[in-house]
Amino acid sequence: MESDESQSEWIPLSLRPEWADVRPVPQDDGPNPVVPIAYSDDFAETMDYFRAVYLADERSHRALHLTAEAILFNAGNYTVWQFRRLILEALKTDLHEELNFVDFVARENSKNYQIWHHRRWVAEKLGTDAMRRELEFTKRIFSQDAKNYHAWSHRQWVLQALGGWEDELAYCQQLLEDDIFNNSAWNQRYFVVTRSPLLGGLEAMRESEVRYAVEAILTKPENESSWRYLRGLYKDNAKSWVNDPQVSSVCLKVLTSKNNYLFALGMLLDLLCLGFEPSQELKNAVDALNYESDPSDSNLAKTVSSILEHVDPMRVNYWKWRGSTVPHKRV
Amino acid sequence: MEHLRMNGAYWGLTTLDMLGKLEMVDRDEIVSWVMQCQHESGGFGGNIGHDPHILYTVSAVQILALFAKIDVLDIDKVSNYISCLQNEDGSFSGDMWGEVDTRFSYIAICSLALLHRLDKIDVEKAVKYIISCKNVDGGFGSIPGAESHAGQIFCCVGALAITGSLHHVDKDLLGWWLCERQVKSGGLNGRPEKLPDVCYSWWVLSSLIMIDRAHWIDKEKLVRFILDCQDKENGGISDRPDDAVDVYHTYFGVAGLSHLEYPGLKPIDPAYALPVDVVNRIFFGK
Repeated sequence: MESDESQSEWIPLSLRPEWADVRPVPQDDGPNPVVPIAYSDDFAETMDYFRAVYLADERSHRALHLTAEAILFNAGNYTVWQFRRLILEALKTDLHEELNFVDFVARENSKNYQIWHHRRWVAEKLGTDAMRRELEFTKRIFSQDAKNYHAWSHRQWVLQALGGWEDELAYCQQLLEDDIFNNSAWNQRYFVVTRSPLLGGLEAMRESEVRYAVEAILTKPENESSWRYLRGLYKDNAKSWVNDPQVSSVCLKVLTSKNNYLFALGMLLDLLCLGFEPSQELKNAVDALNYESDPSDSNLAKTVSSILEHVDPMRVNYWKWRGSTVPHKRV
Repeated sequence: MEHLRMNGAYWGLTTLDMLGKLEMVDRDEIVSWVMQCQHESGGFGGNIGHDPHILYTVSAVQILALFAKIDVLDIDKVSNYISCLQNEDGSFSGDMWGEVDTRFSYIAICSLALLHRLDKIDVEKAVKYIISCKNVDGGFGSIPGAESHAGQIFCCVGALAITGSLHHVDKDLLGWWLCERQVKSGGLNGRPEKLPDVCYSWWVLSSLIMIDRAHWIDKEKLVRFILDCQDKENGGISDRPDDAVDVYHTYFGVAGLSHLEYPGLKPIDPAYALPVDVVNRIFFGK
C-alpha cells in the first residue's frame, strides 16, 4: 500500500532489484539554468526514474508505485499526477483504493490544486458510489480549515453531480455555530437555499432565512457575512427588502446599541436610497451617533453617509461618493 | 517547484522589468528555454519535459512578450491549443484532463488577445459562462455558486475587460466588496474575515482599477503594508510582515506598488499583467 511504503526506510531506487533494468534520466536544465532549484538526492533520484518510465510510457504497477513516491515528495507536480491517471486507466485499478491514496496525500497538502483535480477525476469515474465518501472527505478537510476554497468547490460539485443535499443546511448551521464569521459557510448556506432540489427555493425559504440572518447579526453585528447574506435573500427584489420590517428593525437595534454599527449604518443608507421612510426612532438613533455638533441634515441619508466618512476613514472616498449620490428628498 | 518554473520565471522577469532591470538576464537563453517547454500540442509545460497546461502557456506567452519575442512562436499552433480547451458551455479547461475554473477563462482570453487571436474562441459564450459565476454580492467565484474570492474576481473582471464586456459588472457593488477587503493594518484580504496577504494587493487593486474604483481604498496605508512585508536584509517580499519571502509575493508586492505609483517602477497593465509599454508595443507598436 502506498502509505506503508513512504513510512518505511528509504531505499535508493538504484538498489531496488525491481528497478535494475531501468536507466534513470537526469533532468536537463542546460548549462546555465534559469531560476535553478536545489533538489535533495532522494527527490532527484525519484524524478530521474520517473522521467525514465514517463518517456518510455510504461504504464505498469511499479510505475504506479513510483508516481506515488514522486507525489509524496512533491504533490504539486502535475505531470506526475497526469501520468498516474494514465496508468490507473491502463491497469483498470480499483478507484476506491485511489481515494485512500488521495486521502493520505491530502493530509499534508490540502491547498494543492492537483489533489483536488485528481480527486474530482476519480469521483467522476466512481459516480454516485463516491458521494458519501466525498462529502465525508471534505468534512474532514473543513475540520482542519473550514474555509478551504478547493474543498468547497469540490463539495459543491459533489452535491450537484452526485447528490447528498439532505443534511447540507444542517451542516452549514453547525459550521456557523463553530464560527459565525465563516464566509464560506454563509456562501454554502446560500448555495443550498437557492439550489437544493429538496428545498422550495429562495422565495419559499426567505422568511425563515431572514430570521436566521437577523439572529446572527444581533449576535455579532460586526460580521460582514451575515449582513451580506441578509441582503442576498432579497436578490432582484429590492422592494421586498425595503418593505420588510425585520430589516429596518435589525438596523435600529444595532444602531441603538452604539456598538459595531458600521454595517448597520451601511444597510440603512442603502434602504434610504431606495425610498425607505425612516421612523422617528431610527432618526433619533442616527442622531445619537452623529459627530457633527450641528443638527442633522434633514436628509437622513446624507447624515448617515457623513457619519460613515468619520467612523470608517479607510473608505472615506467610498462614503463621500455614496453621500453625493443620495437621491434628493422631495420637499 | 520545478514543475512551475514557467510561472516563477514570469513572476521574476516581470518584476525585473518593472524595476527597469530586465537587461540583467540573458534574453536568448531564456527564450530558448521557454521554447523547449513547448509540447507538440502547441501548449507549454511548467518546465522541460512537463505536460502542457494553460497555466504555463500564458506565462510562456507573457515572457516572450516581455522580450518582444512573440514572433518566435507559431501563433496558430499555440492559439489552437488554447481554443480547443473551450467547452460547450463557454468555460475553459486547464488541459486535456478537464478541470474547469474561471482562472482558465481569463488565461485563455488574455493569451489569445496578446496573440491577436481572440477570434478563435466563442467570446460570447465565454463571457456568458463568466457571468454565470457572478454572485449576489457582485463578486465572482471559480465555478457557478462558488464563494466570491478576490483572485477569481481578478480573473473574471480581467477577462471581461479584455473582451469589452465590463458593462456586465455592477461596478459600484463590486467596488464596495473589493474596498471592504482593506483591513486595519492597511493590507488587503481575499474574502471577508481572512488575513491580509500581499498578493491581494494585485488581485484586489487591479480589479478596482479595471472598474475605475481604486480611489475607494486607502492607498497610503496599503503602500505601508506592502513595504512592511519586505525583507530589508536579503531582499524580496513576503505574504505578510515577518514571513519568509518568495518570488510570487515579490512580484505581486512590486506590481501592487506600481499600481500605487510608487516611484521608480514602470507602470503595469491591470488586465494583461504586463508592463504598459509591453502591452502598448503589442497593440499599438510595430
